[in-house]
Amino acid sequence: MFKPGKKINFNSAKDLPPTPASVGDMTHNFTGSWRNLRPIIDYEKCIDCMICWKFCPEPAIFIEKERPKIDYYFCKGCGICVTECPVKCIAFEEEGK
Amino acid sequence: MKKVLMGNHAISIGATLSRVQVIAAYPITPQTQVVEKLSEIVANGELDAEFIKVESEHSAMAASIGAAAAGARAFTATSAQGLLLMHEVLHWASRARLPIVMANINRALAPGWTIWTDQNDSLSQRDTGWIQLYASDNQEVLDSLIIAYKVAEQLSLPVMVILDAFVLSHTYEPVEVPEQSEVDKFLPPFNPEWKLDVNNPHAFGGLTAPNIYMEFQYNHHNAMLKAKELINKEGEAFGKIFGRTYGNIDKYKTDDADYILLTSGTLARTSNIVVDSYREKGIKLGNLRVRTFRPFPTEEIYDALKKAKKVFVVDRNLSYGHSGIFFEETKASLYNSDLDIPIFGFVTGLGGRDVTPELITEIVEHGIKSEKPENDVIWMGVQK
Amino acid sequence: MDGGAKMSEKKRRLKLSIPEQEVMRPGNLACQGCGASLAMRYALKALGNNVILDLPACCWSVIDGPFPYSSVGVPLLHMAFETAASTASGIRAALKVLGKEDTKVVAWAGDGGTFDIGFQALSGAAERNEDIIYVCYDNEAYMNTGIQRSAATPYGAWTTTTPVKHFKKLPKKNIVEILAAHRIPYIANLNVAYPEDFIKKFQKAMSIKGMKFLHIFSPCPPGWKMKPDDTIKVARLAVQTRTFPLYEVEDGLKYTLNVKVNKPKPVIEYLRLQGRFKHLTEEQVSTIQKNVDEEWALLMKKIDKE
Repeated sequence: MFKPGKKINFNSAKDLPPTPASVGDMTHNFTGSWRNLRPIIDYEKCIDCMICWKFCPEPAIFIEKERPKIDYYFCKGCGICVTECPVKCIAFEEEGK
Repeated sequence: MKKVLMGNHAISIGATLSRVQVIAAYPITPQTQVVEKLSEIVANGELDAEFIKVESEHSAMAASIGAAAAGARAFTATSAQGLLLMHEVLHWASRARLPIVMANINRALAPGWTIWTDQNDSLSQRDTGWIQLYASDNQEVLDSLIIAYKVAEQLSLPVMVILDAFVLSHTYEPVEVPEQSEVDKFLPPFNPEWKLDVNNPHAFGGLTAPNIYMEFQYNHHNAMLKAKELINKEGEAFGKIFGRTYGNIDKYKTDDADYILLTSGTLARTSNIVVDSYREKGIKLGNLRVRTFRPFPTEEIYDALKKAKKVFVVDRNLSYGHSGIFFEETKASLYNSDLDIPIFGFVTGLGGRDVTPELITEIVEHGIKSEKPENDVIWMGVQK
Repeated sequence: MDGGAKMSEKKRRLKLSIPEQEVMRPGNLACQGCGASLAMRYALKALGNNVILDLPACCWSVIDGPFPYSSVGVPLLHMAFETAASTASGIRAALKVLGKEDTKVVAWAGDGGTFDIGFQALSGAAERNEDIIYVCYDNEAYMNTGIQRSAATPYGAWTTTTPVKHFKKLPKKNIVEILAAHRIPYIANLNVAYPEDFIKKFQKAMSIKGMKFLHIFSPCPPGWKMKPDDTIKVARLAVQTRTFPLYEVEDGLKYTLNVKVNKPKPVIEYLRLQGRFKHLTEEQVSTIQKNVDEEWALLMKKIDKE
């Protein structure tokens, strides 16, 4: 699981490296806000095959205690996990319902 | 040890003494001997470097950028069309603040096809953010290569060492070749703070928004301004070890001169001969050779010209629709000063047309006899 | 969440078919369902941290994140469009001189920077047999600039510069054959719907010295006008219809088919999921089917019969 990071602000020429150079990752970026539809795993039906984890592009699915868990801070709602789940145990519901 | 070297080989040896680590170059007349000699030097095991036989000059500069970004001392050389082909990545190298040193042989641009000298190739790159040093003899070429790395690596700025095609690149002159051990005392190994390092990963050159892009340019410009002082400082430090000092400008009998020529490259040496002949006649002529074109040494040029009555700039280049480039830049840099003297801009020697002492004399005569310049471009030697 | 009874039934150890460790971190700027994002995720799982990437202008120039952020977590050099292979050559030379030869150098380019503007540098590096892994994630158009055609755009596709009335009638440039002619040690087609094969090919490339070219089939939902949740489905169908065969070429001469497709699905099943092919007539679809069959037959002639 990736903890959301902090935004980094540069507002003076003095603090800059000579050329643009990264000093952090993108985990401050709340890509979960992009979702219209939210995938929800039904753990009763889930067989822990990890195919959802395997195909997530972000990755926004992580493995916790041998079960797949969706990280809603980062999940963009693409629905690949919903489509690829072999037992169709992931619902795809409207966000914010 | 004194050797008789052509300009191109002076470059090769300067690069070797600078212990360059990655050479990526593509041949072009009149640069070919630079890379041929370096190929030989690397093959003989005299230099521990990787030589990438890239398939174009654009790739030569891209490979140099990759190498410098990864922490190696990178060198390349080119001329004319090759330099132009690199244009996009010249900007990249300077904005990436990589201390690449490149030798450029000033060759005129096509069409028509030409291999002879003029300065349009390097001067048309003046806005790329590179330091530009114009050499006038082979000793200076070799020495400048070494000093270039010393300056480049302290400021994280790329440097071009520039010399005239054939007149210097293929002309043999006596050159004192420094000892490697002495050069090592002057030029330490390349050890950049920011580089591609798996133990300290960064992404370089990512998307930079309007709210912070300008600050990078501000820093780049300030580094260029610092170069003015550093080029003089390192040129003096070099002089202390090797006995030859270099700076942003080279004054020849200008201190008491009424009339001062402003020149660069090999025609500056020709101008010195003309200076002496006028002095014999009792006319106080002097010659100001500009060695550093970028950053433009405004203060030093002002200082050298302030007591003169007239200035005669000789440009072996031209910015179409305006004027010769050294003329343009000199005039502009002096505009806000208290200097109020006629500055003449002569354009000659394009495409390798020989610049003889007679031609320079014609220029001086024209300048002395005219009250002020009739045009921004006074053509010399053109068959109208 | 953890239904207690179920847990005690499954006292097995979790076995994953691809490395578990994530090197790439989430929060990147890729579109929903982006094949290129998934491709980088898999690539970095295989490559680990001892790698330097160089990236020409492409979607990943933006996906990685703006200054001062980077989502890949490994050293990365953004570079000019044409220079993926030449920059990588320079990085490799530097690492050699600096005695860091175990660090992998990976050029990561889109199809634009590989098939078109970066082609010269690619050919040059291949001819020199540079010790780099050149990765092309192929989304079949200049996607980063808004879906304009590239030499990788297939016959029949809509793009903004090959609009429906003038859709692309020229075939996709066969980049694998071109590089095979350069006789480089290793070339492979990869596909995000086949992650085990993907990772294995990266690992194989990492074990070889010399030039390696990995060509990744990378669906693009906005560019191909498809639903983002269909990315893996479409990628899989590309293989199952024989449109994008998964094979490798060693030393430019030895061809191995990695995924057999004995009962191919008709190409229309692949095309109908993508809006970029919506305008095609039956006749045009037949042309595509014919081309796929012919290319497959040619490929089969080259496959090493053991």
